[in-house]
Amino acid sequence: MSQSYNRGLIEDFGRWREFSAGMWAWIFHKFTGWVLVGYLFTHIAVLSTALAGDAAYTNTIQTLESLLLVRILEVGLLAVAVFHILNGMRLLMVDLGIGLEAQDKSFYASLILTGAITVASVPTFIAGAF
Amino acid sequence: MSTQVPKQKEAESPAEEESAPSVGKQRRDQAKAERRTAAEKQKEAAEKAKEAEDTYHIKVFRYDPEVEGKQEPRFDEFHVPFTKGMTVLDALMYARDHYDPSLTFRHSCRQAICGSDAFFVNGSQKLGCKTQLSELSEPVRIEPLPHQDVVKDLVVDMDHFYEQMHAIEPYFDPDELPDGELEEQRQTRENREKVKMSTRCIWCGACMSSCNIAAGDNQYLGPAAINKAYRFAMDEREGEARKQERLKIIEQEHGVWRCQTQFSCTEVCPKDIPLTEHIQELKREAVKSNLKFW
Ligand code: SF4
Ligand code: FES
Repeated sequence: MSQSYNRGLIEDFGRWREFSAGMWAWIFHKFTGWVLVGYLFTHIAVLSTALAGDAAYTNTIQTLESLLLVRILEVGLLAVAVFHILNGMRLLMVDLGIGLEAQDKSFYASLILTGAITVASVPTFIAGAF
Repeated sequence: MSTQVPKQKEAESPAEEESAPSVGKQRRDQAKAERRTAAEKQKEAAEKAKEAEDTYHIKVFRYDPEVEGKQEPRFDEFHVPFTKGMTVLDALMYARDHYDPSLTFRHSCRQAICGSDAFFVNGSQKLGCKTQLSELSEPVRIEPLPHQDVVKDLVVDMDHFYEQMHAIEPYFDPDELPDGELEEQRQTRENREKVKMSTRCIWCGACMSSCNIAAGDNQYLGPAAINKAYRFAMDEREGEARKQERLKIIEQEHGVWRCQTQFSCTEVCPKDIPLTEHIQELKREAVKSNLKFW
């Protein structure tokens, strides 16, 4: 056994089709977590324009809200946050050892709820953008 | 494998005949002719099998570092005649016995008890002898377990897995022994029920192979080892002192806290052990023994 062949880690995402519910939940949770961390920085940047006075802050917010892209990103942000919260609660249950046999169902439930809440929020976010 | 004399190797691998050292023209010619008829026979059998209605198409990962020309991993396809109740292991054995004797894989008990034939079948870790062909879609892709080094064909290096299993001291070790030499150490029914599932592990390594965390962190104990630790830590006969020692082992940096509850291991375990549940319970035990507010 002089040599052995290492196939590396590349195959992992190559087999995404076979991923199970728990694996998807893990991937989505990581992804949404990083998006929220990224958003935190832009959030602080926008808020800190208030340091330059009331008018500057109002101006920044108004300009941002008039952009369609920002409106769409806001919907996306809501979806990401809602999923992260719901799946976070699911993970809390998992950590407490409650309902581990239903972990896949609770993941699907989080997904469906996220979808529903996001769709319901669209009119509010997009109102007046056009 | 390394003890093979070159001649045997030559006979096993028809493709290499040109590059093999010449042993004597006559013998070589004879061997060649023999091989050719054997190869023809094999081909005929394969074609016949392909034509017949009830065959299963399997694609098997091949790799052999010791034979030049087989060092590049590839897939070999076989058409195996299907019989009712045939498992993935049966198909591999058929392919080996009828088409290619050099096809290498581990197996022994054929009844999901020895744990030597975990493969990566159609994208998930399965026990060859416990997986019905009829449940799988064709072509059935059979690969060695991911995240472990491949030694040859479907054989992977299990050393690391065994090391992790031994790291948690997987043996019964009570604080106090009974006085009489032949006295039994009885366990309550409830306690037996609690550890029942965790005792079923057959050391197949499927769980470890399915775990992303174990893949990224080579020192992570892995689901099977933690499950073994659970089996003894939860055994009331061992006593409190031993339990604390066991908790020390599993709550190290590369112990239970690495688990991110992907449930991959629980999903693939052929013995249906609720691995994630056991890991979570040990996490709670570890917290309980460390957090003291009073
Ligand atoms: S826990 Fe299950 S998957 Fe892991 S080695 Fe044991 S039997 Fe195999
Ligand atoms: S051959 Fe023993 S477990 Fe499959």
